[in-house]
Amino acid sequence: MKFAVIVFPGSNCDIDMYHAIKDELGEEVEYVWHDETNLDRFDGILLPGGFSYGDYLRSGAIARFSNVMAEVIKAAKEGKPVLGVCNGFQILLESGLLPGAMRRNESLKFICKPVELVVENNDTMFTAGYGQGERIVIPVAHGEGNYYCDEETLERLKENNQIVFRYTNNPNGSIADIAGIVNEKGNVLGMMPHPERAVDELLGSADGLKLFQSIVRSWRENHVLSS
Amino acid sequence: MYKVKVYVTLKESVLDPQGSAVKGALHSLKFNEVEDVRIGKFLELTLEKGNYDLDAKIKEMCEKLLTNTVIEDYRYEVEEVVAQ
Repeated sequence: MKFAVIVFPGSNCDIDMYHAIKDELGEEVEYVWHDETNLDRFDGILLPGGFSYGDYLRSGAIARFSNVMAEVIKAAKEGKPVLGVCNGFQILLESGLLPGAMRRNESLKFICKPVELVVENNDTMFTAGYGQGERIVIPVAHGEGNYYCDEETLERLKENNQIVFRYTNNPNGSIADIAGIVNEKGNVLGMMPHPERAVDELLGSADGLKLFQSIVRSWRENHVLSS
Repeated sequence: MYKVKVYVTLKESVLDPQGSAVKGALHSLKFNEVEDVRIGKFLELTLEKGNYDLDAKIKEMCEKLLTNTVIEDYRYEVEEVVAQ
């Protein structure tokens, strides 16, 4: 399986993401610059964390109009797995691939620490390797991770089981303790915690690795076994 | 030319953590008459005159890029200025 790590000016978790895929997961991966106009050669798209375009205007607001985003939207429509972490999640929200928006953390502080999450839905291509309700530890690092959506959207997220991860101890004020959501189709995941920083016990937790393994397993089931 | 002043604020229904913190600070300075503080952004655009619908153009810019309509409201004022 071949992954693209999209790099914007100001991305800073791209190398961690690349390392997680190449060295820990053992799959193919390439850095892709934001002005790329074709992602057909990739099976999965990863939007890393950081401060794309300096977070000017709003987090993700400017990155959302870069050339590559039209291709990311196309890949999402084709059903390819698209994962946005932290700033990547913010870009997915700004681009409309996922509903809602981010506000400043309730405490107004930048929060950087491991947090405990509950796997709320393990019936997705990103979480099939976890148990339903499993508790995992993944680090967060953000100043604007306070997820917001209106009540109608929240009801829809709940009904469709789109809330994938919740915080057990909400660090940022997110509505309904939301840490990660998928789109209705289930192939686009946005999450504030960084699974790519939790792929080896040396890093304090290897709980994030199963997320990437789940993507690969799902892809193999659909592509390799059926061909 | 036109000088367009755009004011962006969080929607009434959206909690403004910065505004709440500033309100608390004002109260601790004994400005007890302060009931609410909302923090927003101010953008000043300079547009050249032309054969286009100014209001429609500003609206499009605001809704496409300058604001996130999920959480933000905006209003604007237009001022006609003579180029120097």
